[in-house]
Amino acid sequence: MLYSLCFLFFMIGLYCAVVKKNMVKIVIGIMIMEYAVNLFLIMLGYRLGGAAPIIDRSQVDLETGQIAASFLSSCVDPLPQALVLTSIVISLGSLALMISICVRTYGKYGTFDITEIRRLKG
Amino acid sequence: MIGLLPAFVAIPLVTAFVLPLFGKKGKGAATVLANVATISLVALAVPCIGHRGVYLLGKWSIPLGINLVLDGLSCLLLLAISVVSAAAMLFSARYMERYTAKSRYLSLLMLMIAGMNGVVLSGDIFNLFVFLEIASLASYALVGFGCEHEELEASFKYMVLGSIASAFILFAVALVYGNTGSLNMAYISKAIQSSGMNNGLAFALSLFIAGFGLKAALVPFHAWLPDAHPSAPAPISAMLSGVLIKALGVYALCRTVFNVFGVSVAVGWVFIALGVLSMVIGVFLAVGQWDLKRLLAYHSISQMGYVVLGVGMGALILARGGEAKWAALAILGGLFHLVNHAVFKSLLFLTSGSVEMATGTRQLKELGGLATVMPITRATCAIASASIAGVPPFNGFWSKLVLVIAAVGAGFYGLAAVTLLVSLVTLISFLKIQRYVFLGELPQNLQHTQESKGPMLVAMGFLACLCVLMGLLLLVPALRQSILEPAVDVLTEGVKYSAAVIKET
Amino acid sequence: MKGMTIIVKTISGWVKVLIIMFGIYITLTGHLSPGGGFAGGVILASAYVLLMLAFGKEYAEENLPIPLASKLESVGALLFALVAIMGAISSGSFFVNFLQHKEAHGQALDLISAGTIPYSNLFIGIKVGASLFLVILILSSSQYYSPNRPIDGKEFK
Repeated sequence: MLYSLCFLFFMIGLYCAVVKKNMVKIVIGIMIMEYAVNLFLIMLGYRLGGAAPIIDRSQVDLETGQIAASFLSSCVDPLPQALVLTSIVISLGSLALMISICVRTYGKYGTFDITEIRRLKG
Repeated sequence: MIGLLPAFVAIPLVTAFVLPLFGKKGKGAATVLANVATISLVALAVPCIGHRGVYLLGKWSIPLGINLVLDGLSCLLLLAISVVSAAAMLFSARYMERYTAKSRYLSLLMLMIAGMNGVVLSGDIFNLFVFLEIASLASYALVGFGCEHEELEASFKYMVLGSIASAFILFAVALVYGNTGSLNMAYISKAIQSSGMNNGLAFALSLFIAGFGLKAALVPFHAWLPDAHPSAPAPISAMLSGVLIKALGVYALCRTVFNVFGVSVAVGWVFIALGVLSMVIGVFLAVGQWDLKRLLAYHSISQMGYVVLGVGMGALILARGGEAKWAALAILGGLFHLVNHAVFKSLLFLTSGSVEMATGTRQLKELGGLATVMPITRATCAIASASIAGVPPFNGFWSKLVLVIAAVGAGFYGLAAVTLLVSLVTLISFLKIQRYVFLGELPQNLQHTQESKGPMLVAMGFLACLCVLMGLLLLVPALRQSILEPAVDVLTEGVKYSAAVIKET
Repeated sequence: MKGMTIIVKTISGWVKVLIIMFGIYITLTGHLSPGGGFAGGVILASAYVLLMLAFGKEYAEENLPIPLASKLESVGALLFALVAIMGAISSGSFFVNFLQHKEAHGQALDLISAGTIPYSNLFIGIKVGASLFLVILILSSSQYYSPNRPIDGKEFK
């Protein structure tokens, strides 16, 4: 049920990127899509009633390096969190590039409206 | 040799970060360093022929760690990427003098090469996504490099569509992780074989086809290509059209469909439909263009249709359980056409860049009669046009012949007829280029044009020699069995890729 | 870009020290608790953004000039690649945690414990901080806004 809400969020972002005419709104739509995918990825790792996957001294036996089994079976999956960190960095780079192209296009054409920025046709 | 696999990604990355340190005064030294880096990549790629192996990063064994996999398909694409990037880098030594910030351009180009090498070598599906994003972001910036009106508009369109495709691909990776619990391609393949496809995995497969299809510019996802490729500087157009749409689009599509998910009849028909649509729509839209580079860009769409058609026919025959030799022949035709297209399309874009640098215009109606003042450009353009149109004995003829033989042998007579028709229309449009650009009489304002100089001619001549000689890759059995057939075997073996990778670690 | 009132300037002069310290803390303990290179780098960059908003762009540019930030960025990335390559030279594969297997590896859950990971975090923190600062500084310079007129900063078309 929550996953379909996440998918609805993705569709809202896709609608915004496809239908809107202002360049900045299209960029916001793409960012909403990427947030939706990051949210989906974190939700995949969740376990009901789980703990954060950070080990502290009470859970590890320092001599052997063994981690308490109760912790392992109740903590959330940390791998999707690492994937989301990478994905957030990539969206940041992509956002910086998109905004700088919007700024430069405004400097050249004088408008943010994509229906007026149509020199390339055919 | 397997120990040097990370060097394919590490050398371009380190060069990309060293180059901005040179600044304005060190432009010459920066260019020399970049060229040395790309030529060393070619020197590293050639000994990889015929080897297979798995490299574990950080000595963490799979599925805990990330691995790099070298097999026949990766080796073929590594060769294509390194050859085309060496030629484009040589060409841009002289061509990019007109632009400012040349060291930034070189750095972005090295990042793109690093991203493409990473996509081709990666054995882990999220790692493939990360390298795909690196290469895509570098290419978005390079398309809009000149910061003129049209370049910015084209770059924005390309970036919006490319980001949507990347979001689809990440969503599909998330779905695959949720359903199988692993990110390593060999382990995902094992899990899908044992548990079968459910709805989530089928949806993930369709998202992968949409996302990678947009990166490969297949119809109906092609809308960015006719704007992006003409607006980019000429060596970047050569790289984009020559290797980026193949390494990021077609390679990733083949890898996920054949090796990870496994072929099925539905997917085979989808590939064939995409291939036929791209071929037909691309070529008919190309004939009517009057801008030189836009015409070449539409032809890229059409030739990608050939590749996907060949691969799709192979997938359909394998899924139906038909004769394996026709499937192998169809996939051989598709992959050989991929490599051929990398060479002749990049040569075509480099010649168009040479024409543009000499005359200052790209419109066919304003050019004419350049055969007398630019003989070498004319000769290389004629060789490349003959290759793409399928004139024997150049390399395009052999790959199209293999595709038609495979189509007829497997019973797809309609597809063979469509292939021949599209080849004919391709020939018509390239005769149009030859007539309008090189023959005819020289207009008044172009009386003082001169031939291009130095490194540009070397790059174009090198690619033209490859166009002439690459037919030998198919005809000489030793070359065919060491370069082309391992690539075909990787795809026809399909899901046995996982067993091979797990066994080798 | 002009600065803000005297109250904002005074307070941000004190707060920026805290922000930078927090950024360094997050970067260096990335192997023990969430954070690491990227998050620490973003916090470091935001200290400079605070300077830019409170005192004006010229002050922030004097504090960390653009050529220096550019070089820091490249050097940070090169040092990170150096860590990876040293793993290859000393133990065989790229990115091997080569300090983990020597005597200096320390107890688990201490600050000096995870081998090469704190060094990677540090270099990535430097790189990300420098590059985000450059991005925000260059995007906020208004020379690109006005279509065909020289800048007076007051009206856009």
